[in-house]
Amino acid sequence: MKHTSPAYDLECLDLAKSFGGIRAVKGVSFEIPSGSFFSILGPSGCGKTTLMRMIAGFEEPTSGDIKIKGRSVLGVPPNRRNVKMVFQHLALFPMMNVYENIAYGLRCAGVNNAEIKRKVQDVLERIALPDVGEREIHQLSGGQKQRIAIARCMVLDPDVLLLDEPLGALDLKLREAMKIELKLLQHQFNTTFIYITHDQSEALVMSDNVAIMNQGLFEQIGTPQELYHHPKTAFVAGFVGDSNRWSGTVKSADATGGMVETDQGLSMSFSAGSGQTIRDGDKVDIFVRPEFIRTVRAAETDQAAADGDNQMSGVIDSLLFNGANSRVLVRTGSGELIESDVTVTGNNDLKPGEDVRLVWSSRQAMCFARPESA
Amino acid sequence: MMQNKDIKRLSLILLFSPFALWILLLIILPHIGMVLLSFREKVAPRVYEYSFANYLDFINEPIYWNTLLRTGSMSLLVTALALLIGFPIAYYIAKIAGPRARGGLFLLCLIPLWVSDLIRSFGWILLLRETGVISNFLLWTGLIGEPVEFLYNDIAVIIGLVYTVILFMIVPLVSTLDGMDNSMIEAGYNLGGNGFTVLRRIIIPYAMPGIVAGCIVTFMLTAGSYLTPVLLGGKNSSWFTEQIYNQFITRFNWEGGAAFGMLLLLFTSVVIWLGLKLSGQTLANTVAKS
Amino acid sequence: MHLKTTLTGLLAATMLAGAGSAQAETLRLLTWGSYAPDELVQKFEEEYPDIDVEVTFSNNEEMIAKLRATGGAGFDLAQPSHDRIYAAQLEYDIYKPMDLSKIDTSVMEAKLLEGVKANTTIEGEVYAVPHQWGTSGLMADKTKAPDLSSWADLCDPAYKGKTSMRLKRTILLGTAFSMGEDPFAAYSDLEKYQGILDKVADKLIECKDNIKAYWKGGDDLSAMMLSGEIVASETWDSTAYKLYDQNQNIVFVPPKEGALAWIDTFALPRKGKADDAAYKWINFVLRPENVTIMSGSTGAIAAVKGGTDLLPEDKKAAVNAAFTAADIDNLKFFANIPPGVEDMEGKTLEKIKAATGG
Repeated sequence: MKHTSPAYDLECLDLAKSFGGIRAVKGVSFEIPSGSFFSILGPSGCGKTTLMRMIAGFEEPTSGDIKIKGRSVLGVPPNRRNVKMVFQHLALFPMMNVYENIAYGLRCAGVNNAEIKRKVQDVLERIALPDVGEREIHQLSGGQKQRIAIARCMVLDPDVLLLDEPLGALDLKLREAMKIELKLLQHQFNTTFIYITHDQSEALVMSDNVAIMNQGLFEQIGTPQELYHHPKTAFVAGFVGDSNRWSGTVKSADATGGMVETDQGLSMSFSAGSGQTIRDGDKVDIFVRPEFIRTVRAAETDQAAADGDNQMSGVIDSLLFNGANSRVLVRTGSGELIESDVTVTGNNDLKPGEDVRLVWSSRQAMCFARPESA
Repeated sequence: MMQNKDIKRLSLILLFSPFALWILLLIILPHIGMVLLSFREKVAPRVYEYSFANYLDFINEPIYWNTLLRTGSMSLLVTALALLIGFPIAYYIAKIAGPRARGGLFLLCLIPLWVSDLIRSFGWILLLRETGVISNFLLWTGLIGEPVEFLYNDIAVIIGLVYTVILFMIVPLVSTLDGMDNSMIEAGYNLGGNGFTVLRRIIIPYAMPGIVAGCIVTFMLTAGSYLTPVLLGGKNSSWFTEQIYNQFITRFNWEGGAAFGMLLLLFTSVVIWLGLKLSGQTLANTVAKS
Repeated sequence: MHLKTTLTGLLAATMLAGAGSAQAETLRLLTWGSYAPDELVQKFEEEYPDIDVEVTFSNNEEMIAKLRATGGAGFDLAQPSHDRIYAAQLEYDIYKPMDLSKIDTSVMEAKLLEGVKANTTIEGEVYAVPHQWGTSGLMADKTKAPDLSSWADLCDPAYKGKTSMRLKRTILLGTAFSMGEDPFAAYSDLEKYQGILDKVADKLIECKDNIKAYWKGGDDLSAMMLSGEIVASETWDSTAYKLYDQNQNIVFVPPKEGALAWIDTFALPRKGKADDAAYKWINFVLRPENVTIMSGSTGAIAAVKGGTDLLPEDKKAAVNAAFTAADIDNLKFFANIPPGVEDMEGKTLEKIKAATGG
């Protein structure tokens, strides 16, 4: 057989895991191309940690297969898999200094001292911390610890690097900076990163591909843009990004869209979510992102009306000022609150109490049939 | 505001004073008394002089310092055994057992302390004596042809002492191992270490403060124990505390007894100091922590 | 540190006891285990409702140590053996003289009373009166060691690994007698006594191989004897009598050198605060009906006229099985221990314990 390097660093085939009667992972299949940044995004308890622990070898799958570089690793103990992991709280060894932390894996592999020294120095330079070798772990800043934890894995040249919400413990500002840094590090090492998180912004910013996981299953795998703009399920639409959400019944529909009457009695037009077929009479959920809803003063409605085939009137309940991401909450006639992004200029802005009209296009109204309640 | 500060100070003093009194009245004063006593020499009935005679006695009489060395080395052995047996138990309690099992296991470790030294020793006597449970059981199984005496030797003393002190080894170990993030161990495996490497390079160094704290406490308890070695020991099993007792009670030689007490304190302190030096730990991060 | 905490505890306890001036109506008794049976204490408290009895159990050495620690305070009545009064008083000044007019000495066996008075008189003052007496000797299982008759027989290779003794002064003295020495006579010449002790030590070190274990108290001795793990031992007579109750083959054997006899006494601690109550207790327990209760508990014979007859029936049988009139005549009463002898003996005992014989 010809020895070719396989196209995928990691493949999971119908992977499942049960704890007692509880099925934490219910048959997940995916493959990750070499050198990409792949995120698994899901709410806590969705099974993403179990999935990752199976890949690392800390849990044995109940069924299915895991292949690393094309070779099944079932039954291979964690210390024999070339999959390294950055733990949630990093798990740096406090009784060793930085140098020894990084050298630990090399020593386990029986590398000679001179080689260890060269490799540790090399990896420290690559993470731009060449002089911290002699420091103790508690002397490092949060960001430095993060980088050391990655260096400790990367010095072993792994096939896949698993990261388990490593930014969770950092404060907001550092977290933003580390997102960018992680992406850069991944480029630099050109190793496959699998990043587990419940924070969508981390996943969207860094990843080449993101898998959305819910209740032990992958809902959708795709680029961040696909997931955001073309969600395949109501869960993805609701979980990725912010959305206004209505439930309703389809009044008329064709292949691409139709009209819905919401439970509150509003009528609105929609376009079907990707891959969805919507029929008359279906119970559906409709999602509209705040940035696609325009808020105009009732007096100025005429100019705006042309842009959108959905309109609704209401009163501004409150203004959530957050610079470029400012938002208004509009209370409609039927009493619900709708979020809409607005641009705040500091000059003649919308104020609470003003009568407004909300306008959006049916193309931005994503509609998903509700699973039939059996 | 001034008043407030005074009240705070007063309440601090009130809170602290029982402890200070305890230390002063029951620890410091008696020890000062013992030191003074140990430097007295009886020259005639009711006549005493200050001298080093009691300490010279100790140095000149091989029986005494041999017994002290014997006590010290057996205490070290007991400490090592307690660590060897206690570590896996502590590891199981801290890292493997479920929360409910933990309570039960801790309780099991505590049970020996619910009864007095004396009862505990009698328990061992019942088991180990020639006509005791173990000997009879072995006879019954046919493994031995005639009754065997397991009691009245150094091994019986060591077993009894390990049993008594092991809890004091387990508790500090559990509390340090408990503080260890499980992911630290997983990281050890993940980075390529096998079970032995993880134990040697990660778990043991992490647990070092607990190990040292446990060793200090068990060593002190063992070297200072009296009933267990006396009751389980054989014809030749001299224990240093027994000598102190003999000095005080049998020989009415309080001066010699006080000197021996000081020597035991000095000896255990030196051993512990050496242990701390060798393990690179300090009292502050071991005993004080757990 | 157990010993040390015991000692500090002792100091603290005695300090407290000294500070909280005890009520005159509490009788604090420092005595041997079983020397204050509940039955008698209750009876006494019924007769003297204004007196509470508090009992602390101890032994000769600890009694003296406790009283020494406080200069004779903390207790109102102590019961050391007759040989532990004279030197302890000379050295530590822990007792006070007794007022014999307050004690009904007429009921006491004259020989014992005179003996104790002779032993405990200092500068014309009497410091103790007798309470009970008994002996230390040998105990043997007749079926397995029928010929045991001398202290030295414990070291007979025929009983190798089957004998026991308590590593205390009794066995030193007994062994000395069995070697033809008279240790009591040598008390006046301590150098000579040291010579005897050295010989005894050699003998007992040699004997170690023959011993199964040194017993430490009545309980472990009884267990070894009843289980048949040993066939002969040095013993207190009361322990032997108790075992005779359970196994008629186990008898007390007065050694042919003479059983060593002790008399436990009544003595007043120097700072005792309830002398009257103490005298009441002494007279109370010497009454014939109370003597039987006491002897039933202690197994010792009261130092009253006809003390043997007042023993409970089972004890009487055991004594009669053990002693002949000749044995009684042959008793060796412990002689007063002069200052310094305890230290010499203690050192000898340590030497024996530390030697690696067997």
